[in-house]
Amino acid sequence: MTDLGPLIPRNRAVHPVAYDVDYKTSVTRSPNLPLLSMESTLTEESGPRFGHGLLGPLDNNLILNWTKGAAPAIGERILVHGRVLDEHARPVPRTLVEVWQANAGGRYRHVKDGYLAPLDPNFGGCGRTLTDEAGYFQFLTIRPGAYPWPNRANDWRPMHIHFSVFGHSFGQRLISQMYFEGDPLIERCPIAATIKARSQLDRLVAPLDMTSARPLDFLAYKFDIVLRGRRQTMFENKLEGM
Amino acid sequence: MVQKLDTLTETPSQTAGPYVHIGCIPTFAGLEGIYPEDLGKRAIDEGAQGEIVTITGSVFDGTGWALRDAMIESWQPDAQGRFPGQEGADPKVNGFARFAADGDSGEYTLRTVKPGAVPMRGGGWQAPHISLWITARGINIGLQTRIYFSDEDNSRDPLLLRIEQRHRVQTLIAQKTGDGLYRFDIRLQGEGETVFLDL
Ligand SMILES: [Fe+3]
Repeated sequence: MTDLGPLIPRNRAVHPVAYDVDYKTSVTRSPNLPLLSMESTLTEESGPRFGHGLLGPLDNNLILNWTKGAAPAIGERILVHGRVLDEHARPVPRTLVEVWQANAGGRYRHVKDGYLAPLDPNFGGCGRTLTDEAGYFQFLTIRPGAYPWPNRANDWRPMHIHFSVFGHSFGQRLISQMYFEGDPLIERCPIAATIKARSQLDRLVAPLDMTSARPLDFLAYKFDIVLRGRRQTMFENKLEGM
Repeated sequence: MVQKLDTLTETPSQTAGPYVHIGCIPTFAGLEGIYPEDLGKRAIDEGAQGEIVTITGSVFDGTGWALRDAMIESWQPDAQGRFPGQEGADPKVNGFARFAADGDSGEYTLRTVKPGAVPMRGGGWQAPHISLWITARGINIGLQTRIYFSDEDNSRDPLLLRIEQRHRVQTLIAQKTGDGLYRFDIRLQGEGETVFLDL
């Protein structure tokens, strides 16, 4: 195994703050003390790898995967696609991308979600795929509904899809959310607002992509994801034991 | 004006939210059958070399309440300190596991093999440890920490040596409670706050 170099330190300024009074749950779940910073080690630079054997043929089709193809989910059909890149703008191939989302009415299929909107018997709400050699991924799904949540008296989540991405190093692990271009609830969402730089929040808003929409079938949204990169180590020693 | 860098910046994180289990541990959320089995269900397969250990604990918020909705991931090498993918690594050690705080008690359990020491770039060794990544509603960016073991020599571990307030080292050390049994509680905030990592 060659030493690809340490992970580039996280730029915490692009990320949400840990403590935000407007997102009430964060108040008691945010560390008060500074994080302990150190250069990454083999522990963070290695990570789990998953192969195609993991995936079923419908895993990235949320319209059909819950019923195993028997009946399509209710809602506006959309393609969500994009690339996983690193900070050097290089594709991250063969990495696992997982998604989960509410149904078209804004209801999750989860034991703890009791929202008034009904469950769709044809929609489960999760999917997964591996990026290809160019870092590309795609999901076919329905547009998730906005939903209310207990925070301030009348807070609503904008339409969103939760994303979980692995990369090739455990230190690249990232969970985030994709929002939809033009959704007026993004401005009003305390969770979106935990990201303090508007330019950074905008990076989570997927544009409508008519070049990838299929006529008479589905609209498309483009969502690119950037993971931490590795620092070049031409002038440094090899990691012992690698 | 200067030249423009052609580098990118990491995508901002957002909280995993209360329904993280749907995407990551579907059977925990009640989604039976969508995948053959949950990813990361086992850290090890039967026949893994080394000492089998069971680590139990809770994730406490700043009020002392054990989270019922936390999802934790672990990553570790085999008993010889080799990670999956490295030459000679134990094929029965998956290295990666995913587990949730119990919806009633808030307790998590990780059954795995005790990891070996891991070499540092440029020399030296890290004491045996398991890397953890904690997500939940209200956690806006996943929290990274480590489990070390009370019955190992942790005195020369480079990460533990960087902790200035020496009493905080204890927050990263699982306490042995029996044969092959350890307790590791995570405190997100306040008294006894766990040391969280940025590496
Ligand atoms: Fe959500």
